[in-house]
Order: sequence, then C-alpha cells, then structure tokens
Amino acid sequence: MSPTPPYRLSDVQQDRISFRRRKAVRSVLLAALSTAIVGTLLGVLVTGAPGWDRVRQSFFDPRIAREWLPEILEGLWLNVRMLVFCAIAALALGLLIAVLRTLRGPVFFPVRALATLYTYSFRGLPLIIVIYLMAFGVPGLRLQGTPSVTVLGGAAIVITYGAYLAEVFRAGIESVHPSQIAAARSLGLTYRQSMRFVVLPQAVRRVAPPLLNDTVALQKDVGLISLAGPIDAIRAAQIGVAQTANFTPYVVAGVLFVLLALPLIGITDWVTLRAARRQNAGT
Amino acid sequence: MVLSCTDVRKTFGANVVLDGLTLDVGEHEVVALIGASGSGKSTLLRCVNLLAEIDDGVIRLDGADITDPRVDPDSVRQKIGLVFQSYNLFPHMTVLDNITLAPVRVHKRSAAAAREQAMEWLNRVGLADKSGSYPDKLSGGQQQRVAIVRALVNSPRLLLLDEVTSALDPELVGEVLTMIRDLKGEGMTMVLATHEMGFARQVADRVAFLDKGRVLEQGPPEQVLGDPVEARTRQFLARIIEAGRL
Ligand SMILES: Nc1ncnc2c1ncn2[C@@H]1O[C@H](COP(=O)(O)OP(=O)(O)OP(=O)(O)O)[C@@H](O)[C@H]1O
Ligand SMILES: [Mg+2]
Repeated sequence: MSPTPPYRLSDVQQDRISFRRRKAVRSVLLAALSTAIVGTLLGVLVTGAPGWDRVRQSFFDPRIAREWLPEILEGLWLNVRMLVFCAIAALALGLLIAVLRTLRGPVFFPVRALATLYTYSFRGLPLIIVIYLMAFGVPGLRLQGTPSVTVLGGAAIVITYGAYLAEVFRAGIESVHPSQIAAARSLGLTYRQSMRFVVLPQAVRRVAPPLLNDTVALQKDVGLISLAGPIDAIRAAQIGVAQTANFTPYVVAGVLFVLLALPLIGITDWVTLRAARRQNAGT
Repeated sequence: MVLSCTDVRKTFGANVVLDGLTLDVGEHEVVALIGASGSGKSTLLRCVNLLAEIDDGVIRLDGADITDPRVDPDSVRQKIGLVFQSYNLFPHMTVLDNITLAPVRVHKRSAAAAREQAMEWLNRVGLADKSGSYPDKLSGGQQQRVAIVRALVNSPRLLLLDEVTSALDPELVGEVLTMIRDLKGEGMTMVLATHEMGFARQVADRVAFLDKGRVLEQGPPEQVLGDPVEARTRQFLARIIEAGRL
C-alpha cells in the first residue's frame, strides 16, 4: 500500500470546526458560571438556616466521625464480603430458575410449577420477613449443624433477590427471537447447547443493565442483616449512636455505603449507555 | 432418493397448509419450489428439517423415516442444512464463530480444524477479511453467504434454501446466486424455495409448483415456467410476469 497524501480540509469544513470550538468554549464558561451561582445560593441557604448549628453538631461531628470510623469500616468489611457472596449466589440462582421455567415437556411440569411458585411468592414477600424467619426462626428449630446467623441472613437475601433476578433473566430469554433458536437447532445443536451458546449469551447482554440495577439494590439491602445481629457497618454505627447520643456514625456509615456503591452504579450507567448505543446501531 | 416426502399434511389450527404433498428429490438434484405467498414453501422446508412436526404422512431421508417419533431430531438435523430467508446469524458471535459453532460443538471437531475449514470456505466466497466481523457490520449479501457457509461446513446430505435472495437488493443477489450455482456444480443436493423465476430457471433441474397444499405440477424449468400444463400454474406465472419478476 502506498501512503495516501495528507487530506486538506476545505475552507467550509475549517470554518465549521472553528465555529464548533468557539461554541464549546462558551458552553463550558456558561456551565461554570451557573454552577458557581447555584452553589453559592445553596451554601447561603443551608448555613444561614435557623438550627444549622444544631444540625451540624448532631449529624456532622468530625471528632465522633474520626473516632467511630475504624469500627464502622470493620463492619463494612462484613458487608462487602456478604455483598460479593450474595450477588454471585443470587445471580446464579436467578439464572437457574429462569432456565428451569423455560423447560418444556410433561416431565418438567413439577419443576416448572415450583420455579413459578417461587418467583411469585418471593417477589411479594418483604425481605425483612424472610430475614427474621431465617435468622431467628431457623435457629429456633435447634437442628444440628444450623449455620450462623450471618449465613442465614445472607441466605434470606439470596432467596429474595434470586426471585427478582430470575424474572429479569426470563425477560431476557424471551426477548431473543425464536428464529435464533430455529437457526441453532437447524445446525444440529441440542436444546441445551442452543440455550448455552445462542440464547443465554444474547439474553444476558440484553438484560445486563437491569441486572446490575438490582445488584445495586442488593448492595444496600445487605445492610438489613444488621437486624439479625451480626456487627456490620450499620450495626457498628448503631452502637456508636447509642454510646455518643449523636447521629454522626449513621452519616459515616451512609457515606461509606454510597462510596461502596459508586463503582457499581458507574458500571451500570456505562453498560446501559453501551446497550442503548448498540440498539441504535442495529437495524 | 435423498429426500422423499409422501402424503405430507401440516395444519395450523383450521388452516391446512400442506394437504397430502408428495415430492421426491434425487441425489445431486436441485429442486426449486415455487408458489404463491402462503402456499407452504417455508412450512415444507421447516417440516423436512423437523423444526415443525407434520400431522400426517412420511418424510424419508436416504430411505429412513425421519418423522418417526423414535428418531432423534438432532441427529437428523445434523445431516440437513437449512438457510433462512432472514439469515438468522448469531449477532453476538463473529463470522468465524458463527461458522465453527456446530462443527466444534456438534461434530466435535477440534477448534483449529474447524477454523481452518471455515477460512477455506470464506476464502472461496471472498469473505476471508470479514472472519472477525460481527454480522451487523456486514451487508445483506455478505450475511447470506456466511449463513450458507455456516450450513455447508457440516457437510449436509441435503441443503434447504428458503428464499435466500428475497431480502437482498438486486445488485447483491448476484453474489449469492453465483455461490449456489457453484454448489450445484459440486453435486450438492438442494431444495430451494424462491420467488425469482429467473433464479429457478438458472439453477434448478426441476421446478415444483405448490398450490393448495400439494405439488400441482412439476418438471424441467423450461416446461413448467415456459409451457405449464395446469391452468393454476399459468395464472400464477401470469401474475409473476405482471409483477416483472420473470
Ligand atoms: N407458526 C405458524 N403458526 C400459524 N400459522 C402458520 C405458522 N407458520 C406458517 N403459518 C401459515 O402457513 C401458511 C404457509 O406459510 P409459509 O410461510 O409456509 O408460506 P410460504 O409459501 O413460505 O410463503 P412466502 O412465499 O410468503 O414465504 C400461511 O398461511 C401461514 O399463515
Ligand atoms: Mg416463505
């Protein structure tokens, strides 16, 4: 291949480019100016409001925040571990249930019926009730080898979220056009192979944004296991609040939860954007 | 006979689409199915590939009844290639992965061998540079050629083609036609449903006209398309000529 000579833009195009550049600079300046005005107004409003001093004392006390941060962080480590375990387990359970619900044939009737019953009941059941039943009810049976309250609470989260995620996966599976299955079967692939190599990869890609959204929700709800007793970030903050008679530890825990969620929220937005762009690119 | 359909009946509710259809296809033979829209051409191809279950009659492949419920449909489909009107490539896979999926997963060939064979085919049809592309980056004609290659790498006994050119712009039809003519030269047994009488005339050894769920008339293309015996066939061709598709 011979190197192509450098292309010279026409005067019209150069004019367009410089116009767009001027417009971009003006937009940035305008945005900065309006942000400064809004920011100043908000600051004046909040700090000037009556009672702001008392609010600052009982919610934003830096000394108490510093004092309780290590304990809350230690609790947060439990949340992180629970989150990773619960998210993976709930995704796996949801996928399994969704696939079971697609099985056809009379042999699978009971399997289908059970899977459907499960998704219907656990989507309606409040998570707190499931946690109470698992964490307090199951140990009450005094069965041998009952796992710890933390594990039982985690199981409650997995069971509840599994039902939601199963419905998301099922919507994805159903959105794959039947002609894709026909094409896979016509090549001699079995039903299982068609699901695994053709339907599921497309289904998961399509529902990735809602799946991630539910995972963000799960991340927050992992804090609910504090109701069952284990010392996670929220429980640690609660202890701090009780001892100092100040709400700053809750604020610290809240900020930490937001920081923990930020990466996942960012990923969700990015995946959603990419999915939308894909959709537009396709016919 | 490679394929032999005897008294095949297929209904959708009260709609009787195939009504005692009988059709034989010999080794190395190319049969074109023509007929009005809704006459059951696609349905017949889907029944032969066992994607749809027939309601009566027998379909035989190399003499063996494939419509017997004791036959494993997957093993039958491995011997029959089907190319769809709308390509139906897998959008999440590259061209190469689309083609090698069945050889690797169904026919248990090594990934390297499957890839080599796929590249040979892509070279032949002039698409070697597209092996890493995703289907949505290909033109219709390119997608259709990939879809045909995807069916061919399984070395089918019989290739079924459902209106492989009808979704294509006229200037893209040529590439696909050339490919099918080459396959005919190599002795591939094919059944193709088509609205393009010119296409049928060029590649088919025999043309079968479907009407009211049966093969009303069949014979060499010159006879069926040029001098049909049946009044219904003449009517159909007259309409086609009016539409400028002959
Ligand atoms: N899955 C289905 N459910 C119900 N009816 C169907 C189904 N598939 C096909 N049909 C009906 O069967 C008849 C034949 O359809 P088919 O697609 O085989 O026709 P065709 O000859 O291929 O038509 P075309 O030339 O337009 O492709 C039509 O009346 C159609 O409505
Ligand atoms: Mg059709």
